[in-house]
Amino acid sequence: MLASDNSPLKKTPLHALHVARGARMVPFAGYDMPVQYPAGVLKEHLHTRSHAGLFDVSHMGQLALRPKSGKLVDAALALERLVPQDILGIAPGRQRYAQFTNNDGGLLDDLMVANFGDHLFLVVNAACKTEDEAHLRAHLSDSCEIVSMPDRALIALQGPKAESALAKLCADVGAMKFMDTGPRRLGDIDCFVSRSGYTGEDGFEISVPSDKAEALATALLDNPDVLPIGLGARDSLRLEAGLCLYGHDIDTTTTPVEGALEWSVQKVRRSGSARAGGFPGADKILAQFAQGAARRRVGLRPDGRAPVREGASLFADANSAEPIGKVTSGGFGPSLNAPVAMGYLPTSLSSVGTTVFAEVRGQRLPLKVAAMPFVPNTYKR
Amino acid sequence: MTTLYTSDHEWLHIEGDVATIGITDYAQSQLGDVVFVELPKVGRSLKKAEAAAVVESVKAASDVYAPITGDVLEVNEALAAEPALVNSDAGGKAWFFKLKIADKSELGGLMDEAAYAAHIA
Repeated sequence: MLASDNSPLKKTPLHALHVARGARMVPFAGYDMPVQYPAGVLKEHLHTRSHAGLFDVSHMGQLALRPKSGKLVDAALALERLVPQDILGIAPGRQRYAQFTNNDGGLLDDLMVANFGDHLFLVVNAACKTEDEAHLRAHLSDSCEIVSMPDRALIALQGPKAESALAKLCADVGAMKFMDTGPRRLGDIDCFVSRSGYTGEDGFEISVPSDKAEALATALLDNPDVLPIGLGARDSLRLEAGLCLYGHDIDTTTTPVEGALEWSVQKVRRSGSARAGGFPGADKILAQFAQGAARRRVGLRPDGRAPVREGASLFADANSAEPIGKVTSGGFGPSLNAPVAMGYLPTSLSSVGTTVFAEVRGQRLPLKVAAMPFVPNTYKR
Repeated sequence: MTTLYTSDHEWLHIEGDVATIGITDYAQSQLGDVVFVELPKVGRSLKKAEAAAVVESVKAASDVYAPITGDVLEVNEALAAEPALVNSDAGGKAWFFKLKIADKSELGGLMDEAAYAAHIA
């Protein structure tokens, strides 16, 4: 995920705001990003769950997919050649979670796709955005114009007070439901606002022109309910919410079925339906829908207090020699006041309540397979 | 009582042939919120620079090394129940373990308070 070369780190339009507020900055996906503010990861996490947190996610990629024919259906059908989701079925003003697949059924990235009426609006991961844009250009240029939007920042506002905080700038955001999206005027700034996020909480993601980002963030942070939140708490919040981190919990070697993302592949793209297949790796993915996959992403709750981190090997019992799986994300869940993890296990050992063992510093620690999300989500459906 | 420091941000209170060991306030501020501490077993013989304890923040796990060679005499069980003590009182109540000093000459390689202050400046 981290930039491995020596090129200088890029800065988001909110960089100066982070530094002024005392953030500890770290390299992430080629950007100099805030990992935490003086409040610290624990307080930032809990504040987001009890009030509202503001996250700078401007490092993520924003793209428009415009049909050359002028008909949105052509862009939707074109994008369906690269993802296993029902893009045609996304209603205007709605968005949907999707993945780019490869020929082996693995995942090149996960993304959000929104229907903006005359075009599709995509938000992709920072570490993958260059490759994603090239992938779109290579495969969809015949029918679509691919427009990257590096001049836009992205701000997430998450938590039970997110709606009241945003409503001070735009009265009608309260009418939006989970995954509604579209242009909204926040104060005097024209933005794209979606009711979505990456914390399990109700909240919004706001695409804003870069030169207006600091003014918008400052207006939101003037509300005492809203604190700035770093990448540290963003990670613990999404882990408690059971949400995948691309490059860790899902990657080019994991399929949507192995990744327990079947819910994200709509029926119309599965075998026997009108638009079944037609995306890279469809043979393998649709076969796994029919027959199951050998392994599966699961939630894990360590029995003890010790966090079990990414990379820890998983074993069927306390003494067995051969690992059966691996932890892909793990840490401490501040809202649970307990360690939490996710990882891959053989499907035969993936049912809730199964005990497995993780090797941590030479010891075998017991964990139980647990349902996700670990913390119930509060989306406004 | 003498207090000495390591370049790994640990402190040692020396009383006779017993060293009480913890991590510095600077170290806890860098780690962030501590959520778990694993301590060595009483009676374990530690060699200088051996991993002796683990301190975990929300974000990451860090080793605490034995700054000198010695046997573990006592560990601070309060840290298991309340890891956040490391953040609130790193230099005091949040001591990690006590060692019976095996070789006093190893203390010569450690820093005094002024040298440690310069080290983190």
